Amino acid sequence: MQRALQIFSLVILTVVGVLAFRLFELQVYDGGRYLKLSEENRFRVMKIPAPRGIIYDRNEIPLVENVPLFSVSIVPDSSRLPDFKALAKLLALDEAEVEGEITKKGRSPFVPIRLKQGLDFAEVARIEAHKSDFPGLFIETDIGREYPLGKVAAHLIGYLGRIPPGQSGNPEFRNLPPDAMIGQWGVEKMYDRDLRGTPGERVIEVNALGRELRLIRENQPAVGKDVHLSIDIGIQKAVEHSFGDKAGALVALNPNTGEVLALESLPSFDPNVFTQGIKPSDWKSLMDNKKKPMLNRALQSQYPPGSTFKIVTAIAALEEGVIDPSAKVTCTGGLTHGGHTFGCWKKGGHGPVDLHQAIVGSCDVYFYELGRRLGIEKLHKWAAAFGIGKETGLGLIRERQGLMPSAEWKKEKQKIPWYLGDTFISSIGQGAVTATPIQMAQMMSWVASGGKLYRPTLIKGEYEPSAVLALKPDTIRRVRAALHGVVNEGGGTGKNAFSAIVPVGGKTGTAQVVGKAHGRSGEQYLDHAWFVAFAPTDKPELAMAVFVEHGGGGGAVAAPIAKAAIEAYFGPKKRAGQPEKKPAEEKAASAEGGGIH
Amino acid sequence: MAIDRRLLKNFDWITFGAVVLLAIIGILTIASATRPAIEGAGRPDFYFKQIIWLAFSVLALLLVVAVDYIWLQRFAYIIYGLGLVLLLLVLVAGKSSLGAQRWITIGPLSFQPSEFFRLAFLAGFCSYLAGSQGRLTWPGVIGFAVVPLALIIKQPDLGTAILLLSLFVVLCLAKGLNRKLIALLVVLSLLAAPFFGHIFWEGLKEYQKNRLVAFLDPDVDPAGIGYQINQSKITIGSGAFFGKGYQQGTQGPLRFLPEKHTDFIFAVFAEEWGFAGSLVLISLYLVLFLRGVDTALKAKDEYGRLVATGITAMFFIYFSVNISMTLGMMPVVGVPLPFVSYGGTALLSNFIAAGILIGIRTRRFELFYPQIW
Repeated sequence: MQRALQIFSLVILTVVGVLAFRLFELQVYDGGRYLKLSEENRFRVMKIPAPRGIIYDRNEIPLVENVPLFSVSIVPDSSRLPDFKALAKLLALDEAEVEGEITKKGRSPFVPIRLKQGLDFAEVARIEAHKSDFPGLFIETDIGREYPLGKVAAHLIGYLGRIPPGQSGNPEFRNLPPDAMIGQWGVEKMYDRDLRGTPGERVIEVNALGRELRLIRENQPAVGKDVHLSIDIGIQKAVEHSFGDKAGALVALNPNTGEVLALESLPSFDPNVFTQGIKPSDWKSLMDNKKKPMLNRALQSQYPPGSTFKIVTAIAALEEGVIDPSAKVTCTGGLTHGGHTFGCWKKGGHGPVDLHQAIVGSCDVYFYELGRRLGIEKLHKWAAAFGIGKETGLGLIRERQGLMPSAEWKKEKQKIPWYLGDTFISSIGQGAVTATPIQMAQMMSWVASGGKLYRPTLIKGEYEPSAVLALKPDTIRRVRAALHGVVNEGGGTGKNAFSAIVPVGGKTGTAQVVGKAHGRSGEQYLDHAWFVAFAPTDKPELAMAVFVEHGGGGGAVAAPIAKAAIEAYFGPKKRAGQPEKKPAEEKAASAEGGGIH
Repeated sequence: MAIDRRLLKNFDWITFGAVVLLAIIGILTIASATRPAIEGAGRPDFYFKQIIWLAFSVLALLLVVAVDYIWLQRFAYIIYGLGLVLLLLVLVAGKSSLGAQRWITIGPLSFQPSEFFRLAFLAGFCSYLAGSQGRLTWPGVIGFAVVPLALIIKQPDLGTAILLLSLFVVLCLAKGLNRKLIALLVVLSLLAAPFFGHIFWEGLKEYQKNRLVAFLDPDVDPAGIGYQINQSKITIGSGAFFGKGYQQGTQGPLRFLPEKHTDFIFAVFAEEWGFAGSLVLISLYLVLFLRGVDTALKAKDEYGRLVATGITAMFFIYFSVNISMTLGMMPVVGVPLPFVSYGGTALLSNFIAAGILIGIRTRRFELFYPQIW
């Protein structure tokens, strides 16, 4: 028996030793880790969303609204597993979906799981009433975003969405609640950091049932900064209206600052669809839509600028001194070179025309001659000087570059030499020349400003000093007068842009669609219509480019849209402050237009 | 009743001091574990009830020490028989809690008969062993193992069943019963294990099955069945070396730790006093156990030796099962930590057991049976 008791003592010592070792392991070796776990047990950190900054137009009209957005979340670990059936019924969700979401593997415990968002007040009331049946269930109030303008300026304003799953580790989104809405498109994305503000934080001590016991710490959120855009929403609305169901884009700039006054791309989309998490079916229909509503045509579509490019050719010829502006070139409806006839759009020909008449009537033959005298090298130099072939750097979305061809370019790309015929069609903005609507608006703006090269900017009053393109005053005067004539003179191609409110200058353009030449018809074979414009012609405050996809002729389709946009901008100004100025301006306009009416 | 002066002179102050100290630590920890999470709310009176029970328990201990354990041996079978009757009563008229039928209510008193049955079993079985000629007979196996285990598993009370089975084996080994028989028993139980295991598993209530599953893999479902084990480990581990300080623990009052003042009291203690405090507590138990073994070695007769061994083994088994369970080394079987966990019946019966132990040591020099007065 003594031996048995000795063995018993040994057993006791061994067991106590093992327990002491295990205690050491838990408390000393792993103590820090468990201490952290016990803190996480205790505290629930809730982010208080910061009210997002408001986006205003240049007249302080708010383009977005913050609205409370209620959602319901659960912290499942502390609650043990809830009654999924009852919970699903309360939230009007599918039981399997709720169970799957809560029991999903790899969830870190104590992090709230959002079950449903965008609750209405009745749902909030019902959940609050039954909350105590589901430990860990709580209502969160977020700040949602509403876009009262709907489709108007949607590409510009953009929309909010959840942080994409792959992006949650991005340091950019650190300190944001997991379900935070961030800017995903347009200005909402571009100025997200400013608009976002800094979320506050509320640390609450909770018990195992998820009941909140006391507030440990609370940091108030810092409200996001407002963004004051240079946009005039009145123009955007008018543009949206006058485009009808046509696709295209309009960009309007202030030539004296580079401020973007309007930037519309159509068809558009309703940003409100995105703010509560877009349904896959909605996303699919947006993506599958043949009219590509998610394409920002103002920056992302490039087409031959057509005759609008003649402005560049004319300036190049005047600056390089290759023409006498009053010397006439006779247009017989075409020009034959190397056995090939380069036609003028006017089959019967314009007859003898000088520079002014060639621009007003958009005579192709005259500009072939200018191209021949300039050569592609000089033409390329001047097109590049006016920004063709280079992004404007607006930053709203990834831009297309456009293209101004050159002999080197052709040799590299097509392995064949440059022909004079290439110069002909380049000088009237056809062939390989392509530009985006914003590039054409920028070109128009730089011409209107007389060579002050302001870069486009979206923020009101925030622009950099311009680079200057030294142009002869005579060049500017002559080109402006001719563009005025396009709209205001008898044979002008842009008469449809004529406005009784403000004198408008402009130039039409038509980009030929491949396939039309082969006799096919139908909307998809209609030409693309262009119109570039500026106003008032004596002291330009606005310059713009309108592009209508498959619109047909620039003068017929694009010019009326430009007129609507110009009147939307100048109309309210006249009514508000300077009604007496109108006749004076008209007088000035007719003076410049050479009195032909 | 005259108290013999030798009782005072030879009184085992070390065992007495250890158990009283443990009980006081228990009361302090219960008070801390049950303190409200929100300041200003009332504190439940668990700790106060335990103080009252401690007072009665100390009295009971002294009373037991005063009475010679020879009486325990003389009435051993009667006491054991009464114990069996109580177990039967629980099955017939018991109150259930958490799916187990363990409580009997007499007037205002509720108590768990299995707490006292352990003592009755020790008294009876030790008497049987002391009288046996180094042989274990079938009536002995049936009467002291099969019948009580069947009654207890029926309740079901897994903790007590494990304890009784262990005590049975320990006492047989201590008695030095014929090796062949013990070997046979071990082989038989190994062979029968899968069979009984199946019956056992089927007989388990749902929560007991869950506890076993949770032990095997606590991460299976941290918010569900593995919850107790995980939270217990977090509670103990977060104490680190020096602990969070008395009444500074958070796991208990915030209700993350279930059964914080009963089965998981050690976790609360370890959270507040850290590794250093836990070592002191474990050392107190070590003193109690080694002193108990020493008492068995020095006991004046075989019955005293067997009873002292049985009581020490009982404390030791409860202690090691409870601590290993809170440390996540064993399934949760619902065994309280002796002297420390909240529970009046258990405290009283443990103090009576300690009293018997002290009595055996105190009377180790008495060569003759005392007079019957």
